[in-house]
Amino acid sequence: MREKILVGLAGLAGLLLVRNLYVMLLELPDEAAQGAIYRIIFFHVPAAWTAFVCFFVALVASVLYLLRKNLRYDAVAVSATEVGLAFGAVNLVTGMIWARIIWGIWWTWDARLTSMLVCWLLYAGYLMLRRAVEDPTLRARFAAVFSIFAFVDVPIVWFSIKWWRTQHPGPVVWGGGSMDPAMYQMLFLNWVPVLLLGAVLTLLRMRLEETQRAVEALRQFR
Amino acid sequence: MRFVRQALAIAAKDLRAEMRTKEAWNASLAFALVILLLFSFAFEPTAEQTREIAGGLLWLVFAFAGALILNRSFARELPNDCLDALVASPVAPAALYLGKALASFLLLTAVELVALPVFGVFYNVRWTAQFWPLMLVLVLGTWALTVIGTIFSALTVNLRLRELMLPTLVYPLLVPGLMAAMQLMTPLVVGQPLGPELYDWLKLLAGFDIIFTALSLALVETVLVG
Amino acid sequence: MTALSCEGVWKFFGDFPALRQVSFELPPGACLALLGRNGAGKTTLLRILAGLSRPARGRVRILGTDARHETTRRRIGVLGHGIGLYDELSAFENLRLFASLYGAVDPAGTALAWLQRTGLEAVKDGLAREFSRGMRQRLALARVFLHEPSVLLLDEPFTALDDRAIAILQALLAEARTRGATIVLSTHQLREALELATHALLLVRGRTAYFGERTPEMAADPAWLYRHYGES
Repeated sequence: MREKILVGLAGLAGLLLVRNLYVMLLELPDEAAQGAIYRIIFFHVPAAWTAFVCFFVALVASVLYLLRKNLRYDAVAVSATEVGLAFGAVNLVTGMIWARIIWGIWWTWDARLTSMLVCWLLYAGYLMLRRAVEDPTLRARFAAVFSIFAFVDVPIVWFSIKWWRTQHPGPVVWGGGSMDPAMYQMLFLNWVPVLLLGAVLTLLRMRLEETQRAVEALRQFR
Repeated sequence: MRFVRQALAIAAKDLRAEMRTKEAWNASLAFALVILLLFSFAFEPTAEQTREIAGGLLWLVFAFAGALILNRSFARELPNDCLDALVASPVAPAALYLGKALASFLLLTAVELVALPVFGVFYNVRWTAQFWPLMLVLVLGTWALTVIGTIFSALTVNLRLRELMLPTLVYPLLVPGLMAAMQLMTPLVVGQPLGPELYDWLKLLAGFDIIFTALSLALVETVLVG
Repeated sequence: MTALSCEGVWKFFGDFPALRQVSFELPPGACLALLGRNGAGKTTLLRILAGLSRPARGRVRILGTDARHETTRRRIGVLGHGIGLYDELSAFENLRLFASLYGAVDPAGTALAWLQRTGLEAVKDGLAREFSRGMRQRLALARVFLHEPSVLLLDEPFTALDDRAIAILQALLAEARTRGATIVLSTHQLREALELATHALLLVRGRTAYFGERTPEMAADPAWLYRHYGES
């Protein structure tokens, strides 16, 4: 059953991605000021959104773990966090490529880029913490506590860094940014397959985590 | 009332034990002074340069020095399984946490109060001109460091590589608090008053303290007992 | 009336069950010998009773409330593997700290009284670090008993003690029992434990292999329980 859902989701994500790529590359025109490279935004922005959806899922799973003490929630939390980190990395790397071409620099201490980097480091700490704890039950508990701290910190990080500086092109959504409606639409359309991909990866990672735990438990019996 | 008494008993115990060995105090203070010295090689310590980076520099020193004190906070409970004795006693975990946070806060503040005049001399700034606003920022920023550092000291105390885990986990979390403290400290430490444009940072720092104090108090029992 | 009860207690380390469905009840004044091999779950069970860890499933009730309830913890005395004392504090300071944490009206007075009882009043200002092994053990006993607990949870209490400390422990236990205290002690020293005990609980791989009153044949032949209920 789980197998079929996975294949179905992955297939759907693939189809949508192919369709979106076709529209992006062949139907949508180049952007007036930026040229062809603007298309990176169709992955840059959905990757960031997906990363935060993952971190939110990890938060919910962590709270549920602390309430129910069922290690399945811990598996959800770690899987979602890892996938979130992967999408965060996609966001950072695509942002850097774009910045190199448009601004001529790989990195700039722009507010959003910096915030994403701080969040990425925060959640990388989550994975480091897990590696340092051997007992799976203790690991799950400590990781859940850390996940809650990290998620509470995320909005504070964004606010503070926004005050600190801003150089980013006006936020595309909920901001002063101006964008062609067709392009604007594509941003959301492409979020669907990216999010689906995130779900598929999370489910795969969860399976791995549960197998791993079963192996650990068997080893304890000797 | 009992809660406060228990927290104070824990804080007094930590400070008394620290005064006997001076382990954390000596390491932290020496470290702070060495970094202050090293920073002077990183840039030309002229009045101009100092004015721009004073706040950032000082808080980096305090954060590094703080990690040494905070690492010791719960590590102190490890020999003889003292942590078990405390958790099994009627002390509320929140009181235990606050007591230990208070002890670390006082220790770190003391280190800072030694480091500040040294900084004033090395870098030739009139740091006393805005004394009370400076103290306010010092207290708020140091509390931010200790409140998060103490809960993670409890979380990492039994882990492999404890000394490395604590800063790795804590510094990214502290980014907003440290950033606010740096912004506020920069004018104050060179004797300029706080401009109204900085009030938002003061609010952010106070809010940061409140949010993470509340969160730590809520989760400390989960960390210690689970 | 039960002083202490476990109902279907489970504890996991990951997917590995360290305790499986452990249930028992003790009346006030009972003394339970908690037996089992290394890794059978004795320490895990004692830690759950002491409120140092929570069961994954099941319920523990001590003196009518949850093990983590503050009023309950006030009435429990716990001796674990470590002595639970600070090396950098003096004997007096250690005891005064715990007396005040346990809500003693006069912490300093309580500390002094217990230093006297354990024969440490002459060295009350010496740091625990400088004490000999036997003195540290006696100080640990003073810490465990100074609030006159109604429930005592002792993990391997006889193992590390010297003769003088054993004599003090036995006197303290006898006194606690006349007071009606309930005692749980895990031990490898079968003979001592079974002489003292009114009940016995044998854990085998986290399961209750035997629970019941201690019978005369157990006291006469400490290996009896293992022979009949232990693993072959």
